[in-house]
Amino acid sequence: MDDLRLDCETVRRVLTGFIDNEVRKAGFARVVVGVSGGVDSALSTFLAAEALGPGNVCAILMPYRTSSPESLAHAELVVKTLGVHSLTVDITPMVDAYFAAFPDADHLRRGNKMARERMTILFDHSARLRGLVLGTSNKTELLLGYGTLYGDMASAINPLGDLYKTQVRQLARHVKVPAVIVEKQPSADLWAGQTDEAELGFTYEEVDRVLYLLVDQRYEVADLVAEGFDERFVRAVYHKVQASQYKRRLPVIAKVSARTIDRDFRYPRDWGR
Amino acid sequence: MRRFRLAVAQVAPALGDVDRNLTLHEKVAGEAISRSVNLLVFPELSLTGYFLKDQVPSVALRERAPALERLRNLSHRVAMVVGFVEEAPGHRFHNAAAYLEGGEIRHVHRKVYLPTYGIFDEQRYLAAGGRIRAFDTALGRMAILICEDVWHPAAAGLAAWDGAELILCPSASPGRGLGTAQPFQNAGTWERVIRTYGDLFTCFVVYANRVGYEDGACFWGGSEVVGPTGAPLGKARYLEEDLLVVDVDAGALRRARIANPLLRDERLDLTLRELERLLRAQSGAAEPAGA
Repeated sequence: MDDLRLDCETVRRVLTGFIDNEVRKAGFARVVVGVSGGVDSALSTFLAAEALGPGNVCAILMPYRTSSPESLAHAELVVKTLGVHSLTVDITPMVDAYFAAFPDADHLRRGNKMARERMTILFDHSARLRGLVLGTSNKTELLLGYGTLYGDMASAINPLGDLYKTQVRQLARHVKVPAVIVEKQPSADLWAGQTDEAELGFTYEEVDRVLYLLVDQRYEVADLVAEGFDERFVRAVYHKVQASQYKRRLPVIAKVSARTIDRDFRYPRDWGR
Repeated sequence: MRRFRLAVAQVAPALGDVDRNLTLHEKVAGEAISRSVNLLVFPELSLTGYFLKDQVPSVALRERAPALERLRNLSHRVAMVVGFVEEAPGHRFHNAAAYLEGGEIRHVHRKVYLPTYGIFDEQRYLAAGGRIRAFDTALGRMAILICEDVWHPAAAGLAAWDGAELILCPSASPGRGLGTAQPFQNAGTWERVIRTYGDLFTCFVVYANRVGYEDGACFWGGSEVVGPTGAPLGKARYLEEDLLVVDVDAGALRRARIANPLLRDERLDLTLRELERLLRAQSGAAEPAGA
């Protein structure tokens, strides 16, 4: 059975080449990236700084009043280590102004709103700086639907979307993302004390193994049970992938014409590039 | 065949832009000419890029198209294999590769096996070719197999049994499968296959892969020329543009075939009989029970 180990040097070359190629093909030279202090955005920023030069990367730090001070400090560490441009935009005034009208909103609504607030800031600076928005979502969270649609899932190009979380960590170590960022508990930092693994109910090591076999190696659920995996866990993971399929697709269009976008009107994303 | 110098143009064609790619071909051909190259092999769909989707009809060329004529003219100075979408009579579109030599199109191979699985969707847009033929050139007897064709051993066998001394394999192979293989898992398979073909068919195998990115897929390069004992004679860099120049020696082919007379001992009559038996069995199995 295959595993999740990477030949990190090859992946680094492929991903930096990808960033350079996709950014330039689209007629840009710069990227804008939201840096949270976590390992995913740190790795994306490291790869972009290598691909385009630190002067062509603008890191935007967007804390909310409940964000952990450690997150901001780690985001600043990324900026300082790489020497990329940076900008801090506190999202507290706009998020709080909105929820003043909806004071009973729960964690989920507030977290989603913050993620979408950050998205609007990134795309605004994309226009201001003529830089593409660089994505930071990894394959694990994309498959589980553990992200905000049109929030942190929104970007122009995403170098990490085909790497599982445990692979992101390997590559982050390889490109020398500071250890304090790589080794800490992953958190969306949407509320105090939140951690991904507590919220999801499993570790990234456990879920990545199941996802890798289900998705990459095309195991059926029954195959995994036969291999000794816990059936309830495997079914729960499978269900999360299935239930979040809509987040990975464009909105579904009612087909009435002879040629419908993305059904039978099919051009590459790099059309004319 | 004679002794000559061949080169593989490991380039990154622009997706859907024939004019830009034509300029790229002329530039690389100029460099090849300056290095006394006799035959220059470009990758699959080198004039159009690979993941064309609905652009296929828009970039298709007929045999007399001006773009091919410009390259034909250039072929007075260097023979070339170029990849393009051919619009055949009846408006069928083929993934094709042309061998250009002395101002003429010496041969056109239309890709037979159109991959339609995983990230590939060729049968949706393209018509399959129906022939695998070796052909004579000023440099020797050759055959062209395009990318997926190579993964069908019978195709390579036909080329070799038809007398090909060189099997030319233009390719657009996107890297798939991470892990510790260099640089992708499928790259390792490609290398095993072409080296094995060189060995088993005692011929030269020229693998011309492209580089660059299309819609996030990364073409991994690593083009290679394999000799008639299966040994790599030259290898282009992974993931970067390159011009791989290799001198091929007719003597090596002769010596390999003396040492390993596998082609001499081939049993086409037996193969044909057994294939006919398999065909009969398969068509019989497809009939409804009791018919």
